[in-house]
Order: sequence, then structure tokens, then C-alpha cells
Amino acid sequence: MPLLQLDSVTVRLGGRTVLDTVDLAVAEHRTVCVLGPSGSGKSTLLRVVAGLQRADAGRVLLAGRDQSAVPVHRRGVGLMFQDHQLFPQRDVAQNVAFGLRMRGARRAESERRVAELLELVGLPGAQRRSVGRLSGGEQQRVALARALAPNPRLLMLDEPLGQLDRSLRERLVVELRTLFGQLGTTVLAVTHDQGEAFALADRVVVMREGCIAQEGTPLEVWQRPASEFVARFLGFDNIVEAGVAGDVAETVWGKLPVPLGTPQGRCRVLVRPGGVRLVPAADGLPCEVVGRTFRGDHVAVLLRPSAGPELEASCGLGAAPEAGARVGVAFAGDEVVVLGE
Amino acid sequence: MALPLAFFGVFFGYPVAAIVARGLKADGRWQFGRIGEVLGDPHTAEVVWFTTWQAAASTALTLALALPAAYVFARLEFPGKRLLRAVVTVPFVLPTVVAGSAFLALLGRGGLLDELWGVRLDTTVWAILLAHVFFNYAVVVRTVGGLWGQLDPRQEEAARVLGAGRFAAWRKVTLPALMPAVAAAALMVFLFTFTSFGVIQILGGPRYATLEVEIYQQTAQMLDLPTAAVLTLVQFAVVAVLLLVHAWTVRRRETALRLVDAARTARRPRGAGQWALLASVLAVIGLLILLPLAVLVLRSLDGPDGYGFTFYRALASAGDNGGTFVTAPLEAVGNSLTYALAATAIAVVVGSLAAAALTRRGGRLVRGFDALLMLPLGTSAVTVGFGFLIALDEPPLDLRTSWILVPLAQALVGVPFVVRTMLPVLRAVEPRLREAAAVLGASPLRAWREVDLPLVGRALAVAAGFAFAVSLGEFGATVFIARPDHPTLPVAVARLLARPGELTYGQAMALSTVLMLVCAAALLVLERVRTDRTGEF
Repeated sequence: MPLLQLDSVTVRLGGRTVLDTVDLAVAEHRTVCVLGPSGSGKSTLLRVVAGLQRADAGRVLLAGRDQSAVPVHRRGVGLMFQDHQLFPQRDVAQNVAFGLRMRGARRAESERRVAELLELVGLPGAQRRSVGRLSGGEQQRVALARALAPNPRLLMLDEPLGQLDRSLRERLVVELRTLFGQLGTTVLAVTHDQGEAFALADRVVVMREGCIAQEGTPLEVWQRPASEFVARFLGFDNIVEAGVAGDVAETVWGKLPVPLGTPQGRCRVLVRPGGVRLVPAADGLPCEVVGRTFRGDHVAVLLRPSAGPELEASCGLGAAPEAGARVGVAFAGDEVVVLGE
Repeated sequence: MALPLAFFGVFFGYPVAAIVARGLKADGRWQFGRIGEVLGDPHTAEVVWFTTWQAAASTALTLALALPAAYVFARLEFPGKRLLRAVVTVPFVLPTVVAGSAFLALLGRGGLLDELWGVRLDTTVWAILLAHVFFNYAVVVRTVGGLWGQLDPRQEEAARVLGAGRFAAWRKVTLPALMPAVAAAALMVFLFTFTSFGVIQILGGPRYATLEVEIYQQTAQMLDLPTAAVLTLVQFAVVAVLLLVHAWTVRRRETALRLVDAARTARRPRGAGQWALLASVLAVIGLLILLPLAVLVLRSLDGPDGYGFTFYRALASAGDNGGTFVTAPLEAVGNSLTYALAATAIAVVVGSLAAAALTRRGGRLVRGFDALLMLPLGTSAVTVGFGFLIALDEPPLDLRTSWILVPLAQALVGVPFVVRTMLPVLRAVEPRLREAAAVLGASPLRAWREVDLPLVGRALAVAAGFAFAVSLGEFGATVFIARPDHPTLPVAVARLLARPGELTYGQAMALSTVLMLVCAAALLVLERVRTDRTGEF
């Protein structure tokens, strides 16, 4: 039985359907990341689970028990707000100990737990500091410690690393993943950052306008985006109209190999940039190089073919052609993905 | 919301209705014809016009003089600030009669200005206006300054960076954030000056009368209850309209603000401009507030055989004042403190519940409730006191002999202060902090206690201070219901003033000085409590 289960949860706010019959399950000790652009209903999802937002239809089950009659403060879940919402008039220790105090923990016990948690999030000895004077990263850590302190059965994170600088973010992702592994915490996080989601999660749920667009392991979602929306959201833009016949898809870019058993007829296909190979102009689809973007470990080359939408290719650092060069393009079959509607 | 509603229904609505009914009902029938008669009288129109314009002028003058002070107290750090903040609050709690005499001593015949330059203002409306500023300076300084100190200065900095000049940044960022507090303060000042009684009695002479004075004269001197009842209704109507307009404008302006710890926003003055501002504010306080108070103290010491404590010694015994009192006048100090503490407790409980209810819910009903809470401020205190006497003296509610009657009447005037001071701050509390507390296991009540209360603790302390001060100085209603053997300080002062003779006059001044010191001491304690609490939780 999953720890958290959502049964066709629907939320309408001001005439807009923010969540549309969403089904979701989070197994114990797992980290599930909900990924989606802003306005896709991710935060509302967390608010419904926490009980801060009433569902207009459907049920939220925690450990198999319907939560509709359970008020927020009795649900035993933790929520880390996007902007932390630390209590400004309390110091670090008082913020972290808040949930413990609400559960009637004894003073000595709560002091021990606070020290333990601050150690865990890398802020040992910060107890007496004022939260107003913490840096963004430190506030984040205090918010995390505060949410973890009462040992919630489910920890929810809203854009957990949203406002942090890149290096801190990358380090924290690793730290968090290790931490959740150690503690055996069940986590439901929402983010708009795919890197964060893929690094943190056991399972990724992509949302679009209140509906779930795709669900799977990070690898599955990355390798086989289910729809054009998911593909484009992940940053893949090499998408083209195709007619499938047998193991070949006919497109304006030419014939693309597709796996056997692909449904026949009209569809859209994606070629991931790694599958766009540059060959001499005569040997493939003739294209003109219109732009180059340095991406650190590779160069993204933007190509304009004689017909159809522009293509992005991923090239080694030394092998990227200059803008204006004329090249040919060949496609690698294992990087071609047939997209759903 | 139920408790505050019941409180106002029983202790405000019922007595006022009772006295209006007593006035307009003759031989068991309603006499609505009286309304037309009184309203048609040109004298009534004159009184209404004078009441309105002097109130507007007083409010404008008070705002002009006190807003710079609100800034100075909120944003600048200087030695003696806490003491000074308590000092400017003292006039507010002085019995109006005493303040009136202090201004008379300053501006009237044989007064300080007369002696020095031969200038007399006691027959002009300026004396009234200045006395009103004297009284209401603290309302603006405390209401506006309290919020101003908690506004995040970085908002203004953000505007400066975006290209706004110093003044433009203030006008576009700080002023809109302050508007609810300014509007609240202005409304309070207007209400006080609109219903001004003691000041006008003494400084207005026969030429100037406000509605309140007119109501008092009709009730107490001409025993014309029907006319008084109609005038009460007129005052009521004007106040109600005013409150509705206020509720409407404030609603459109209040938004969630970023509040920060006030201790961190104040700093030492920098540059000639800020020093000049500080100096001019101090000068205004010195001339307008300290000078009359000083004159008062001097008079209390200026005995028949030179300066000394003759008047004070006389206060300690019951016999030395021509049989005005059964007990020694000094015992009034104890009475006043007990009553004021009880009244403060009632006002804070009722007021906070009302403010919390107003924050949580919306809708027209609640807005009406908001306005209703302010009505006692605009109602003639004379009416309320008299109403208490005739309405609460028979079963089911026979409180005539109970000491609680006085604190109840005083709390009535204190509640609007509590609500007005708490509301802007409560509405500005980030609702998601409450959510954060709820997720961490706090029930709604607990979340209110843990999140709202510490954040508004400051406002609550200010509100309690106001309620306490108002109760201490309340006169119009208390004079009707305080038991003769348990007078409060203002009542004792008035009784002394009512007797001719230099000794009783001096004793009145001495007792006023005692009242002033009691207030100042109470307020100083409060200031201390308040700063200790900030950032404590």
C-alpha cells in the first residue's frame, strides 16, 4: 500500500481547474518529484495533501486513511515552503523546535533533536542566530530542519532549491538525496527544474495544466518522453510530423528509422540532439549552420534544413562547424522517439 | 465575533437606545415630531457646522504637526526617545477639564503669553485647535509611528534604485503602506474632536459649542431630554456616515505588508535634514505639550505661602477640602488604577477577538461590524453614562451597585483603540506563516497564538496602553456612574474644580499632576514591557 495516494483529486480555483482528476501514489521511503512549468498545479497538489487547500472532488489517502476530515495540523506531514516562511520573530533553534513543541516534546529532548538536525543540515551551533540574518542557503537549511524535526511520515518540498545559486544547488541535491536515503524519509517534491527533479527523484511525474502528462523513473522520462509537451518541456525541440510505415517514419527531413511494432499512421517523432550526426553535405540531409551554443561539455549546433523545422545537434567541443557552414545530417535510430498525441 | 457583538449590544446599544427612547417617548407614544422641530432650528445648524469644521481643522493641524514626529519616533534613534514617547502620550489621558485649564493658564487672561507679549487666544478658535492638537498628538504618533517602525526600509531602497528620488520613493512606497494607519489615526482624531466636550466648555466660552456640549447642556442644565435625544441621533448619524466612508476607503488600501523588527529600522540621524527635522519635532513637542504640562505643575506648587507642597498635603486627608469628599482625594489613585486595569483587560479581550474576527472573514456584514465597533467613540460620553444609569439599573441587568459598571463604560471607549491598532498589523501578517505553523502541527488557535500574537505583540501592547490611558482619563461617562465614595482621579479633579476658592483650585492642579505622573509611570512600564517582548519568542 502506498503511503500517499491521490484518487482523482480535482481542485477548482476561481473558475479554473487547477488540478484535474489527478491520480498519484508515493510508496514509502521513495522520493517522487513532480515536474512542471509554473501554473501547472504543482504547488496546489502539495497544498491539497497538506490540507491547506480543499479538494473539490476525489480523495487524499495517507497510509490508506482518507484525510478529508483531518485538519492540517493533524495530518503529520511536513511541508517546506518555496520561500521558507521561517517565523521572523524566532531564532533558528525556536524555528526548528516549533513542530516538536506542538507535539508536546520535552525541552531537553527537543534541544537534543534540534542540535542533531542542525548538524544534519550542516549548520551546527546555529541555534541562537536570528533567521533574518541567514543567507538564502542557510534559510533553506533551517526550513528543511524545521520540516524534518517532527519526523513527518511524508515530507513535501515546494521548489526546494529554487532560489539558490548553482553550485550550492548541485551540492544540496546530492546531500538531500543522501539524507533522505539515510533517514528513509518519504518525499514528495515539486520543481520546475528538470535537473533537480532527475537528480533527486526515484520517480518523476510531469504535470501539465492540472493533469499528469507522464510518470516514470527519471531515465524512462528522459529517454522516452511520452508527448510533445513533455519533450519540449525537457528541452527537446527536434520534433517533426511523420507517417509511420513498417519500421520507417517518413518526414520532411527524410526517412527516420523507428522501432518495429510502432503504431502505423500519422504521428510526431523526436530526434534527440545526440542522434543528429553531422556528415559531409553530400551524404545526408543538407543543412546550414545558423548558430552555436557552448554548453560546457558539448556544443549545441542549430541547423536549418532545406525543408521543415530547425534541428539541434550535439557536437564534441572540437568538431562543431562554424556558423554559415553547409553540412549534411544523418539520424541515429536509437535516439528517435515516437511521441504520443 | 459573538462575544464582541454581545458586549456592544448589551453595554452600548441597549443604554443608548434606552436614553433615546426616554427622550422621544412621551406618554407611551413616540414623538417623532420633535426631530423635525430640533433639526429646523437654525441654532442646531450652527452647532453642527461649527462642530464639523473645527474637527476637520483640528485633524488637519494634528496630522501636519504629528506626522513628522511619527517618522522621527519610528526611524530615528536618539537618547531619551522612550521617555519622550511616554511623555507625548500623557496629554491624551489628562482629563479634558485639566488640559483646558492648563491652556487657559497659557493662552488666557493673565496667562504666560499675555504676560510676555500681551497676546490672548482664549476667545479665538485657535485655543481650541491647539488644545486638540495637544490631546491627539499621541494618537497619530503612536498609531502611525508603530506601523512605520515596522515597515521594511528596503522597500524604499528598492524604489530609490529604480530611479525614484527620496521624496518620490516615500510618496510611492511608504505612504501607501502607511495610509491605513494614517486614515485610522485621522479618523480617531476627527471623532475625538467632533465629540470634544471639556476643552470647548472651558476655552470655547459662550460663542462656541459642539454637539456634545449642547447635548450636555440640554440634558444636565435645561433638562430637555427630547432635544438632547435628537442631537444624540444627529451626532450618531454623522459618525456612522464617517465610519462607513472610512471602512470603505481603508478596505481598498490595506494589503499584506512586509513587517520587520522595529528595533532594526531606527538609526541615528544623519545629515542636516534629519537633524533639523528632529530639532523641529522636539521644539513642537516642547511648546505644545511640555509647556502646558509645566504650567500645570507650576500652578500645583504655587501655594498661598509661596512654592511648596501645601496642596499635595491637603490631598491626603478628607477634611481639608471643604467637605467635597468622604474619603481622602488621594484614594482616588487606587480606584482609578483598579478600574483602568479591569477596563484594559475587558477592552483587550473584546478588541482582540473583534480584530481577529475582522481579519479572518470578509463580506459586508463584517465591514458593518467594523464600523459598529467605532461608534462608541463618536457617541456622546454623556449619553452613554446617563444611559448606563437608566438602562442597567433594573433586572435582568442590575449593575447599579456593582463596581464593574465603571470599567465597562471605560472599556467601551478602549475597544475601538484596540481594534484600530491591531487591525492594520493583523491584516499585514503573512497568511502563509499560519499555514507553516499548521503543517507543523499547530491547531488554528495555537497558530494564532504562536504566529500572530508574537508578531502583533507590539501592537497589542500599544493597544493595551491606549486602552489603559483612555480608561484612566475617561470623564464624561464615569462622572455619571462612579460611586460618590469611590471617585476616579478625573472625577475628583472635576469636583475640586467645581468648588470656588484658591485652595481647591490648587488641589485640583495638584491632583491633576498626580494623575499625570500615574499615567506617565504606567506608560513607561508599558514601553519597557513592549521592548522586552520584541524578538523574544
